[in-house]
Amino acid sequence: MQTPTLFALLLLLVLVAYGTGFTRAVTAARGSGGLRNLASLPGYYGLHTALWCGLPALLLLVAWIAFDDAIICAMVINSLADKPETISAQNLLWTQIQNVAAGNLFGEPEPQIAAAAEHLAALRDNSRLLKAGLTLILATGLGAFTLLRFSPQLRAREKVEKVLRWVLLACACAAIFTTIGILLSVLFESLRFFQAVPVSEFLFGLHWSPQMALRADQVGSSGAFGAVPLFTGTMMVTAIAMFVAVPVGLMSAIYLAEYAGRRVRAFAKPVLEILAGVPTVVYGFFAALTVAPFIRDAAAAVGLEASSESALAAGLVMGVMIIPFVSSLSDDVINAVPQSLRDGALGLGSTHSETVRKVVIPAALPGIVGGVLLAVSRAIGETMIVVMAAGLAANLTANPLDSVTTVTVQIVTLLVGDQEFDSPKTLAAFALGLMLFLTTLVLNFIALHVVKKYREQYD
Amino acid sequence: MTDLTQEQVRERIERRLAGRHRVEKTFRGLGIASIAFGILAVVILFSDIIAKGSGAFVQSAVQLEVHYDPAVLGIEQVDEESLTWANFTGVIREALRERFPEVSGRSEKRELYSLVSTGAPFKLRNRLQADPELLGRSETVWVAADDDVDTFVKSLSDSGGGFRGRTSDRMIRWIDQLLASGELKKRFNSNFFTNGDSREPEQAGIRAALVGSLLTLLVTLALSFPIGVAAAIYLEEYAPRNRWTDLIEVNINNLAAVPSIVFGLLGLAIFINFFELPRSAPLVGGLVLTLMTLPTIIISSRAALKSVPPSIREAAMGMGASRMQVVFHHVLPLAMPGMLTGTIIGMAQALGETAPLLMIGMVAFIVDVPGGVTDPATVLPVQIFLWADSPERAFVERTSAAIMVLLSFLIVMNTSAVWLRKKLERRW
Repeated sequence: MQTPTLFALLLLLVLVAYGTGFTRAVTAARGSGGLRNLASLPGYYGLHTALWCGLPALLLLVAWIAFDDAIICAMVINSLADKPETISAQNLLWTQIQNVAAGNLFGEPEPQIAAAAEHLAALRDNSRLLKAGLTLILATGLGAFTLLRFSPQLRAREKVEKVLRWVLLACACAAIFTTIGILLSVLFESLRFFQAVPVSEFLFGLHWSPQMALRADQVGSSGAFGAVPLFTGTMMVTAIAMFVAVPVGLMSAIYLAEYAGRRVRAFAKPVLEILAGVPTVVYGFFAALTVAPFIRDAAAAVGLEASSESALAAGLVMGVMIIPFVSSLSDDVINAVPQSLRDGALGLGSTHSETVRKVVIPAALPGIVGGVLLAVSRAIGETMIVVMAAGLAANLTANPLDSVTTVTVQIVTLLVGDQEFDSPKTLAAFALGLMLFLTTLVLNFIALHVVKKYREQYD
Repeated sequence: MTDLTQEQVRERIERRLAGRHRVEKTFRGLGIASIAFGILAVVILFSDIIAKGSGAFVQSAVQLEVHYDPAVLGIEQVDEESLTWANFTGVIREALRERFPEVSGRSEKRELYSLVSTGAPFKLRNRLQADPELLGRSETVWVAADDDVDTFVKSLSDSGGGFRGRTSDRMIRWIDQLLASGELKKRFNSNFFTNGDSREPEQAGIRAALVGSLLTLLVTLALSFPIGVAAAIYLEEYAPRNRWTDLIEVNINNLAAVPSIVFGLLGLAIFINFFELPRSAPLVGGLVLTLMTLPTIIISSRAALKSVPPSIREAAMGMGASRMQVVFHHVLPLAMPGMLTGTIIGMAQALGETAPLLMIGMVAFIVDVPGGVTDPATVLPVQIFLWADSPERAFVERTSAAIMVLLSFLIVMNTSAVWLRKKLERRW
């Protein structure tokens, strides 16, 4: 049975369970003289039955779908007479067996593989049957059991609410599971990477060329995984972006919060927010096709040589993207500075700009710093603009007109296309991902902490 | 100080005051300049995209007098099998030769044939399939011109010279002739909205990507809205103040600022490698985007729940409602507009997201429109990324046009979020 049909069938069963539970309660109430003799409203009896019918079966079904392939794979591989030693060889064999089972034959398969493929097909058929059978039996069984246990004294509402509360808690924990998932996925692959490449070489090596040669005797066959050029590239692009975004964003926020009239504010604020809503791929296109050629021509006009993919183009456009981010965060903290501070400064005879520079900004500084840190973490993690406009060459350079590469660009280039999960080349992407995650995590943590602490001061 | 007369002191103060006022003016000017810079960036960005992309909505087409000659086609009658084998390219070539009878020689002929898109035979096939009566008869059809011709014609109308590219002198003579007689015209480019991706710019369209985006967003919405709202309800209405709750909150705030590409790594390692879900599928894309948009939805839903005044809850409790009833019957309906606004904004984010989808293999070259959430698909931003990498000049135009479509979807979503907030949100 196909999975969507199974889901539909389960839904139907749940609806039937609700209906029966409901009518059961109503008939019972009618027999004993009115709804007031029930412990809960009839709808809750329906829900109670439906929950018992649907929830365990749904959990079983999802778990089955999630794990059946892995279990079948292990069963098939273990059933082989001479199974390969390494995990990668096992994976290769597994792909072969799957292909044979799916009928994608290239020539006559080895007898062992053909047998394994038959075994696989049989296991899959069994799994499909069992999945459908167990799910439906569990659903009907538990639903019927709940109906049998029905009595007017059953406190259905409380039971339903208890279950729902657990469901709500489980949803709230999704964030924790996501974080754990991210950590596990980058950590495990990174550890495997660091078995092949020492941590010190990765962190302090000056040469990055992750291409692995096909033959062992080829030139540069080992690949070099010194990530320093990536870190400097990321820092340079981020610095250029901040150089644009912080002054412009901060000054816009100050102007909007302190000087602008209501009409200017009502116009300018949403227009600036548009910049935050534009997808990054659009900025990337803009940077690669409009800004980069412009910079190249402008540099040529003053006698400088700029590459067609330059850190400057990517950084400038990224800065523009981050302007609304800085400005709205600064706007919030500037508005949170109590009016009494401004009144005091103005009363002592300072001009408006002196009030802003000497009183408002220092008072808002922690919040602004927090906002800037968040913006930095966003710039470090930004991907599409740099992928499209900063280039791929891992140059260790301080010249913003040169092309540089960043951590995110390398993650994308290493992982797009065919991957082998045992080559350091693919695993390197996860190590870079780990670095990226840790860096942004620390930045976010400090930033959120600073912002929160500051807010408490005036609340 | 004592040496100075009152007059001198005043003079000094006034001089200094003038300086302070100058600083004030500069400061103010800097503020205005910053705002102007931001607005200018918006204007340049949008006008650049529109200027580059508006051309893609029209497409040069050539009018041909085609004769569905059974001899040339090599078929007797119209049926499924004969249509697959029929030589429609020959019919097109025949029509071109008839239009320009003076052309002779192999290379000259090849140039002549290259005026018309390689997708033109499919158009004839579809016409014949729709109306088998046409076999053996003639008709006048408009077929798409090749992208080089299209680029040349479009650049011609802008400035005198025209972008030559691979177009030869001879071809330009023919193009001029066709233009003069009205047999080469720019017509509405319906291919752009009805086709999937293609290596030939004149046949490339965004339909497959649009459907892929739609499916991915549906998965995202179906998962992230209920989970996000449930999480917000738990945190706002139930959670006891303890370490566990603090941990969840810190986690959510942190996840909101984790780079999107990291979610792509998670999707690759967990959903594709561990759970062996299909690559390039909207299902996996939707799962990854769900994890990415959840913090946005949770944070805005919590704000919406917080804005419902406690008096509502107290009144319901006073009437004997249970806590769950208070939440689901009273608080949730009142907070719904705020939650929906947050969800739409989250969806807009998900619609524009590219990087995590690259990780899970949604960069494949997809021609067919995906039929379900497990079919290989691509999404609009990824299609834009792929086209932006293509060398043909005509793809620049199409990339910009796809961006315009994407941006208009985003504008509609964001405007409706603002409208919803204004229309439905209650101030207490």
